[in-house]
Amino acid sequence: MTEPRRGAHASRVPVPALGETLLITLQGELHDSMAEQLQQDITRRIAHSPVTGVVIDISGVDIVDSFLGRVLAEIASSARLMAARTVLAGMRPAVAITLVELGLTLPGLDTVLDVERALDRLGHGLSTDPPHPRRAHHADLL
Amino acid sequence: MQTSSDTGTIRLPIGSDVDLAWVRQQVRQVAAELGFGLVQQTKLVTAVSELARNTLIHGGGGQVEMTALYRGPARGLRLAFTDSGPGIRDIDQAMTDGYTTGSGLGMGLSGAKRLVQEFSIDSSPGQGTTITVAAWATGLPHPRAEAG
Ligand SMILES: Nc1ncnc2c1ncn2[C@@H]1O[C@H](COP(=O)(O)OP(=O)(O)O)[C@@H](O)[C@H]1O
Ligand SMILES: [Mg+2]
Repeated sequence: MTEPRRGAHASRVPVPALGETLLITLQGELHDSMAEQLQQDITRRIAHSPVTGVVIDISGVDIVDSFLGRVLAEIASSARLMAARTVLAGMRPAVAITLVELGLTLPGLDTVLDVERALDRLGHGLSTDPPHPRRAHHADLL
Repeated sequence: MQTSSDTGTIRLPIGSDVDLAWVRQQVRQVAAELGFGLVQQTKLVTAVSELARNTLIHGGGGQVEMTALYRGPARGLRLAFTDSGPGIRDIDQAMTDGYTTGSGLGMGLSGAKRLVQEFSIDSSPGQGTTITVAAWATGLPHPRAEAG
């Protein structure tokens, strides 16, 4: 109560669209309430506009716990019910290793290395873009 | 075991999802300072996120105490999550993958245990819950089966 507010103030994660694809970028510390708000916002957008794909870029996310894992899985399953496909892009190797040990397999979530590949998978032809500048390599961690 | 007493203990409140984010940040920073590698940091912070959220959601809020550990050349971090909530009636059941009394995935307790090297639960109905974990920065790798 008298505790000062610390860290960034909770704000909304933007949900920009690229044609019929929503392109969401998650970064840094995501409060639980923001994740739940995002889930609602995405579902609403799909219900109210012609969305066929959802790309969630998690390359800036440094942990995925069972809460965020569940939110991501629920976004994907509700999107699927509304005929939109969800692709998770750019999971960091350390996050992937941890998720396996935690016991979360995120069934039904399509994952790719980066946003470019996510868009490819959803049928956007953006292959004329310059190559991705930096890609985490598993060997970096050993 | 000897723990140097000059390091002190950092106590952080767990009363909101903003606090959860703050606890994760603090643990990551201290773990990095103690020499935890990126994967070790990620595992520890993920375990912490699970346990701190349980303190908040199931325990009705509480606190975490964080203590740096020095044993010879080894560096570690001990975290004790305490609440005075309803307690856990059947600990074995609570530790089972997929078991939940709420709306979670039921992977928090069992998963967190796999992500740290030491894990203990002190809880009984009506007495609140304390979960204590420790993880060590490995020059000495955590023992595991050799591949191949
Ligand atoms: N601090 C706590 N106080 C009371 N009960 C707890 C606490 N932590 C865990 N539990 C119990 O253990 C169960 C399993 O916890 P967990 O594996 O984290 O799954 P989830 O949080 O998704 O339910 C919870 O559903 C709850 O019943
Ligand atoms: Mg939990």
